[in-house]
Amino acid sequence: MRNILKIFSIIILFCLPNANVISAEKVEYLKTDWTFKGLFGKFDRASLQRGYQVYTEVCAACHSMKYLSYRNLSEKGGPEFSVAQAKAIAASFEVTDGPNADGEMFQRPGKLSDKFVMPYENVKAAEAANGGAYPPDMSVLVKARGGGVDYIYSLLQGYEEAPSGMVLDDGVHYNKYMYGNKIKMSAPLSDGIIEYSDGTNASVEQMSKDVTTFLMWAAEPSLEARHQMGFKAIVYLIILTILVYFSMKRIWSRVKSEV
Amino acid sequence: MSDHEYTPKSKAGKWFNDRLPLLTLANHLTDYPTPKNLNYWWTFGGILTFCLITQIVTGLVLAMHYIAHADMAFESVEHIMRDVNYGWLIRYIHANGASMFFLAVYIHIFRSLFYGSYKSPREIIWIIGIIIYLLMMAAAFMGYVLPWGQMSFWGATVITNLFSAIPFVGEGVVTWLWGGYSVDNPTLTRFFTLHYLIPFLILGLVVLHIWALHVPGNNNPVGIDVKKPSKDTVPFHPYIVIKDGFALLMFMIVFAFFVFYAPNILGHADNYIEANPLVTPAHIVPEWYLLPFYAILRSVPDKLLGVVAMLSAILILAVLPWLDTSKIRSAVFRPLYKQFYWILVADVLILGYVGAMPAEGLYLLIARVATAYYFLHFLVILPVLGLKERTIPLPLSITEPVLGGSPNMAMAKKNESKIE
Repeated sequence: MRNILKIFSIIILFCLPNANVISAEKVEYLKTDWTFKGLFGKFDRASLQRGYQVYTEVCAACHSMKYLSYRNLSEKGGPEFSVAQAKAIAASFEVTDGPNADGEMFQRPGKLSDKFVMPYENVKAAEAANGGAYPPDMSVLVKARGGGVDYIYSLLQGYEEAPSGMVLDDGVHYNKYMYGNKIKMSAPLSDGIIEYSDGTNASVEQMSKDVTTFLMWAAEPSLEARHQMGFKAIVYLIILTILVYFSMKRIWSRVKSEV
Repeated sequence: MSDHEYTPKSKAGKWFNDRLPLLTLANHLTDYPTPKNLNYWWTFGGILTFCLITQIVTGLVLAMHYIAHADMAFESVEHIMRDVNYGWLIRYIHANGASMFFLAVYIHIFRSLFYGSYKSPREIIWIIGIIIYLLMMAAAFMGYVLPWGQMSFWGATVITNLFSAIPFVGEGVVTWLWGGYSVDNPTLTRFFTLHYLIPFLILGLVVLHIWALHVPGNNNPVGIDVKKPSKDTVPFHPYIVIKDGFALLMFMIVFAFFVFYAPNILGHADNYIEANPLVTPAHIVPEWYLLPFYAILRSVPDKLLGVVAMLSAILILAVLPWLDTSKIRSAVFRPLYKQFYWILVADVLILGYVGAMPAEGLYLLIARVATAYYFLHFLVILPVLGLKERTIPLPLSITEPVLGGSPNMAMAKKNESKIE
């Protein structure tokens, strides 16, 4: 057993440098109880659906989500809208398709197989419309930031008056949790900016939590499947390990030696 | 190769074996006499074989869906994660598999250092191992470039730029490596090609590594030669097979934990941002397994000398059998070496830690001291220690310390149990 302990401590030692890279720049993030953490972590379905509403009514004005398709919205482990709902959502967007038989591009209502419609034609257009700052694509945003969900959740609630002495350029805002504290995005959420279709009170905190949950799913759509399979796989491995351990003891009992 | 003549029982088997002695080989592998006192540090050879095969199999599947193009690589990785059946599982096994591979190889190397497995007559096994390790680093580095995230791109830029330190031809060499004037699509496609090639080179070298091992046989924790076959050995099958299997399962539990519950913890968040040649990340850091060498590189103020120091840090291992002048293999019987061994382990861990930190202030100072000590260990301490050290008398056979014997043997036993 001592060997095993050593192996584990070596693993931990090797992980330390990485953990420290992240913590070196970290401020204390706001914490909330995420349902998707832990061995059996699952998404809160209602929160995901509300989160989609926040995304589509607020964030999507500037932020694309180019790796997601409308069909994902009805898939297992996600917001799990019904297929009819997902179809209706898709159809509410105009998609450019073509060229048709005449060689013309044309507009049609979205289908389940379409990718999320982008707010801007391209990165340059997005920059031009946002004072030179590109609103990052949100498909994997949670995984692309050191603090993950806690960072996004905090950032959304981190808008404050700039401390005296700090000079902010035009179109730059102060945010407690942003790297360097300067952010081009103005505070996107304010109490009651949207009206939740399920009647939940749309406070900034609630919306931050919902939309961050949605972003987590967007970045990691297989999270639930992964947790479920992981539990089974590890239980299976542990049982097999125990069986093999006793077989090993049995086999080695034939020789005068320890294992 | 075989220790005794083997004749297949069946007529067909004999006919085949006379033409291609595969059955003789299989018989050799099952009967292969192995010291029976091997501890669990010896199970990492099997674990590494598992890692290599896992990487090759998952890598093949990934290559079916991945697109090696600067404009499409990042997207194709997301396609694997989202649209390919169990693509997320295969990619996470492959990405974390690289880390597990290095974890295992470091344990394997440090086991060798502790028990003197690199010493005569096993120098060739050791040197092949070092070549495998070098190829692993090349494969891992190029593999990390393929998702074409920010760390991929900038890591590739930093590492390939090291070649510009070569006097006179440096710039030309870098342009040649890139296939252009910056890291771009030609760089990505050639890295993909090489990333696909190297594992098979490693596989070939692994065969040689094992072949070379089977000539003298395994070293063991006591570090003395073992008569084979004898009461000191057990046949590889079933004894070592089941023990390696047990250790492998333990390893797989750790592996599974990373894959299923912390698949991104060993990676860098910036690699989920698509490569952008116009934006440099705040800190460019390699994967954890390359950090000690990265620290050595940065601890030298001069670029060329830094590259030389980094390469020497790896290549010095290849001449280790001749730097270590002690005839005693196992650290169990070398009380002083044992202490220096653990200092070296701490030194490498410290180098790994400062490699992840910004190269400035105290971190830089620590990196410099640790780098100096690293070379001191191999170039001064080991040669001198072998000549000066008073070692503990060796037992006559590996069964002796196990069964107890003279007071010295009891002491050896005590020491041995401490490190097991």
